[in-house]
Amino acid sequence: MTAEKLLMRNFDRADSHTLEAYRATGGYTAWPKAQALDPAAIVEEIKQSNLRGLGGAGFPTGTKWSFIPKNHAGPVYLVINADEGEPGTFKDRYLLERDPHALIEGMLVAARAIRSARGFVYIRGEYVEPWRRFAAAVREAYDAGYLGRGFDVVVHRGAGAYICGEETGLIASLEGKKGWPKLKPPFPAIKGAFGAPTIVNNVETICHVPHIINRGAAWFAALGTKTQGGTRMYSVSGRVKRPGVYEASVAITLRQLIYDLAGGVTGNGRLKAVVPGGSSAAILRADEIDVTLDVDGLRNAGTMAGSAGVIVMDETVSIPEALMVVARFYAHESCGQCTPCRESTGWIYKMCHRIVEGRGTKDDLDKILDVARRGAGTTICAFYDGAVGPYISYIEKFRSEFEALIPT
Amino acid sequence: MPKLTINGREVEVPAGTNLIEAARALGVEVPHYCYHPGLSIAGQCRLCMVDIEKTPRPTIACNTLAADGMVVLTETERVKETRRSIMEFHLINHPLDCPVCDQAGECWLQIYYMRHGLYDPRMTDEKVHKPKAVPLGPHVILDAERCILCSRCVRFCDEVTGTGELGIFHRGDQSEIGLFPGQELANKYSANVVDICPVGALTERDFRFAVRVWYLDVTKSVCPGCARGCNVEVHVNRRRPHHNEGRRVARLKPRFNADVNKWWICDAGRYGFKAVDDKTRLREPFRREAGTVTDASWDEAIAAVAGALERYAPDEVGVLASPRMANEDLFALRRVLERRGIRRVAFRVPPAVDGDQDEILIRADKNPNARGAELLGLDGDAAALLAAARARQVKCLWIFDHDLLASAWPEALVLGALGAVETLVWVGANANATSERAHWVLPAAAWVEREGTYTNFEGRVQRLRQAVEPLGQALPEWEILGRVLEALGAGARPPRAERWFRELAAATPAFAGLSYQAIGDGGQMVRA
Ligand SMILES: Cc1cc2nc3c(=O)[nH]c(=O)nc-3n(C[C@H](O)[C@H](O)[C@H](O)COP(=O)(O)O)c2cc1C
Ligand code: SF4
Ligand code: SF4
Ligand code: SF4
Repeated sequence: MTAEKLLMRNFDRADSHTLEAYRATGGYTAWPKAQALDPAAIVEEIKQSNLRGLGGAGFPTGTKWSFIPKNHAGPVYLVINADEGEPGTFKDRYLLERDPHALIEGMLVAARAIRSARGFVYIRGEYVEPWRRFAAAVREAYDAGYLGRGFDVVVHRGAGAYICGEETGLIASLEGKKGWPKLKPPFPAIKGAFGAPTIVNNVETICHVPHIINRGAAWFAALGTKTQGGTRMYSVSGRVKRPGVYEASVAITLRQLIYDLAGGVTGNGRLKAVVPGGSSAAILRADEIDVTLDVDGLRNAGTMAGSAGVIVMDETVSIPEALMVVARFYAHESCGQCTPCRESTGWIYKMCHRIVEGRGTKDDLDKILDVARRGAGTTICAFYDGAVGPYISYIEKFRSEFEALIPT
Repeated sequence: MPKLTINGREVEVPAGTNLIEAARALGVEVPHYCYHPGLSIAGQCRLCMVDIEKTPRPTIACNTLAADGMVVLTETERVKETRRSIMEFHLINHPLDCPVCDQAGECWLQIYYMRHGLYDPRMTDEKVHKPKAVPLGPHVILDAERCILCSRCVRFCDEVTGTGELGIFHRGDQSEIGLFPGQELANKYSANVVDICPVGALTERDFRFAVRVWYLDVTKSVCPGCARGCNVEVHVNRRRPHHNEGRRVARLKPRFNADVNKWWICDAGRYGFKAVDDKTRLREPFRREAGTVTDASWDEAIAAVAGALERYAPDEVGVLASPRMANEDLFALRRVLERRGIRRVAFRVPPAVDGDQDEILIRADKNPNARGAELLGLDGDAAALLAAARARQVKCLWIFDHDLLASAWPEALVLGALGAVETLVWVGANANATSERAHWVLPAAAWVEREGTYTNFEGRVQRLRQAVEPLGQALPEWEILGRVLEALGAGARPPRAERWFRELAAATPAFAGLSYQAIGDGGQMVRA
C-alpha cells in the first residue's frame, strides 16, 4: 500500500528543486523519449494510463488532450493550474517548491502532445516561495536548453481569488480580465486562453506525465483502480496525529490514509467526520470511511475525490460551526457573476451564522437545503455545486447537531 | 436554416439564431434579464432556462443555438420551477422600493414576478445594502441596491460605444456596478443604459420623479436631431398635466429599427425634445410694424403672405426653406413656388459650428430632412440669396425656421440683408433672433404635433406622427402652405399630410410608389 513514491520521490533531498538533483535522479529522461513519439502516440499513452485530473474534476487527462482540434492552424496553449485554492489542499505548493523540474518536463511532454509552443503557469498569489523556486527552475531549464526551443513557459501570479482556480476563471484572469468563469460552450479546448485552443491541467496531473512516458501506461494504470491509474498526493489536515502530504495509490481507503499514514485521530481520539476531497466535497461520517479514494470510489460514496484535501474532524468539532466557516468561504469567494450563486451563498451563510449564534428558527434547515437544491446545477461554473456539497451533506448527516442549536 | 420544434410547433430560423429568438419567432416568451440582442451573450441571470430533449437538466436559451431537429420545451414543470427559483434569487436582496421607483410599471422584476414568480417570500435576514442615488454622469443615476447585475450596461459601454466607463466591482453579493476611477458616464449615448437596464437601477436624471410611466401615451416617430433619423417613441403625459411642470412630452425612447438605429439613440436626440414645450414656442400669427407687434388671425396672415407673393415680381421673392421641414411641407412649398414662378430658393444655411459625427449613429448634418429637400429640388445657393436681399434685388424674403443670426454667416451681412428687404415673412415653431426681425411671423406645429415624413441621409423615408395637439394656433407647414396656395387661387388644398404625400409621390420620381402605408413603422427607401 505504501507504494513507491513518484511525485514525492525526491522530497527528502535538500536540493531536490535544482536541475542537478532532478537530473541525478533520472529527470529529463522522459522528454527525449517523448520527442521520439508522435503527438497522437503520447495522447494515446496517457489515455491508456488512466491518468485522471488531480485538480478537482477528475477528468481523464488523455481524453481531454484529444479534444484539441486536429490540424488547428493558430497557436495552442497549455495552462498549468497552480492556483491551489481549495481549502484543505496544499500539495501543489510542495511540487512547485521541491520538484519544479518535474512540472517543466511534464509540460514539455504535454505541449508536444497537444502541439503547443507556449505554456502558462498560473501560481496562486500567496505562494511566494513556490513561485520563486519554480521561476528559478524555469531559468535553469532555459539555460540548459530544455525550454526556448519550440516551447516557452510564462509564469503568471494570481492575485488572491479562489475562483481563479476554476479553469475558465483562470483563463479570464490570465487574459488580464476579471476572474469570471466563462460560458461553456465553447470549451477551452476549442476556444480558451486568448481565443486559442487551450488545455488546463493541474500541477500534480502534469508531474505524473514523465513517469508514464518512462515506465509505460500499463505500469501506471496498475498502480490504481480499474478506472484511475497511479498515485496521488493527499493533503491531510485537521485532527490527525501527523498532518501533512502523503503520496499513495488512488486505491487506498480513507481509513488507511487516516490511521496508517496520518497516524490516527487526535482531539478526543474519536473520529466524527471526514471531508475527503477539499471543502467542496460532501462530508462523510465516521462509519463511511471504508471507501477507496479514487474518483469513482468516492463518487459512488456520494462525495468526491476533488483535490484530495482530506479534513479530519474528531468528536469535539462542531459541525454547524464547521459549516458556517465553509459557508462564509463560499459567500466571500463567489465571483458574483451569476445570480443563484451570488445571491444564495450570502443568504445561506447568514442562516448558518444565525443558527450557530443560537438565533436559528425551525424552518432554517429545510430552507438552506431547499435553497441549495434549487440553485444546484443552474450556475455558470462548478463553484456553486461545490458549495452545495457541504451545505446539504453537513445538514443531512448531522441534522440533530444543528437542531440542538435552534431555540424551541 | 435549422428547423426545430418549440412547444410542439415547428419553426425554421436562420443559422446562428439562439433559442430565445427562435421562440420569439413563434411568439413564445422565454423570460430573461441579461440577454440583449444588441449585446454579447453573458449568460449571467440564468433566467432563460428551457428544456431541450436529451439534455439532463434545463439549459440557458441565450447561449444555445437553434439546431436542426432540436426539440425545445419552455413550459415544463421543471423549467417553471427553475424560473421561480431564479426569480427568488434575484429578489432576495432587492430593496423593493417600487412605490418610489421610476421603473415601476415597466420593471421586469415586477413583470416577471407576476408572470413567473409568485412564490412566498422567505428571506428574513438582513439584506445587502449598497449605495443609492449615485449620479454616474449628466443623464444617468444609479441605485445599486436595485441592480440585478445583469451587466447589460457594462456591455453597452464596452461593445457599443467602446468607452468602457462601467464595471462590476467586488465579488459575491457585494458585487456592484460602478464607474472606473476618474470616469464619468458622459459618452454621447450614455442614456441608452437606462433603456436596457431591465430594472430601476439606472434611471434618467431628466425623467426622475417626473410622472408615473402608466400615465404616459406612446407615439411612434422619428428623431429630428440629425440626418440619421433614429426611430423613437414619444412618451406624452396628457393624463397628469399638473406633473412635471406641465411638460407634455415626458421623454423619448429609442424604437428598434434594424436599418437605422438598431436599439439606440444618442443623448443629444433624446433630450432634443425640450424645445417643444419651451417658452420660445410661438402660439399665434402676428405682424410687426415699426417695432410694434399686433396679433393677427390666420386669415389675415395668409392673405398678407399671398398678397406679398402676388405683389412682388417672382424674381423679387426669395425663399429660404428649411431641412427641418417635412417632405410634405417642402412639396407644398414647391407648389407655391411653381404657382408664382419663384426661382430664388435654397435651404442650406451653414451652421456656426460644424456638427459632430461618429461611426455609430450621429451625423454631422443636424437636420432631419436635407435629403428630402434635395430630392424635392429646393437646393439653391443660399449665400447668393442673402446677397440678393442685401442688394435689394429680393424685396420679399420668406424664411422657414432658420435663425440666420446663429449661422456661420457674418452677423453684419445677415443684418444687412434682413434690414434691406421690404417684407420679411418667418415661419417656424420656436422664436429666434431672426423671427424677431420678421414683419410676419407664422407659428408652425412642432414635430411631435403633426404628421409628416423625413428622408434620412441614406434616402430612407420615415414617418413622424402626431403625439400631441399643436400649441395655440400653430399649424403644420403643409397646412400653412396649403392655405397660401388656396389664397393664390390654386383650388382646394389637400386636407391631411397623407394626401400631400400622395401628391408628392405621384409628382416626384424618387418617391414614386411610396405611401404612408408602405412606409409603415420601419420606413422605405427612395428610388436611387
Ligand atoms: C471553484 C473551483 C476552483 C478550482 N480550483 C482549482 C485549483 O485551485 N487548482 C486546480 O488545479 N484545479 C482547480 N479547479 C478545477 C479546474 O477547474 C480544472 O478542472 C482543473 O484545473 C483541470 O486540471 P486537471 O484535469 O489536471 O485536474 C477548480 C474548480 C472549481 C470549480
Ligand atoms: S457559479 Fe458562482 S463562482 Fe461560478 S460563475 Fe457563477 S457566481 Fe461565479
Ligand atoms: S427596480 Fe423594479 S422591483 Fe425594484 S424597486 Fe424598482 S420597480 Fe420595484
Ligand atoms: S445597472 Fe441595470 S443594466 Fe446595469 S447591471 Fe444593473 S440591472 Fe443590469
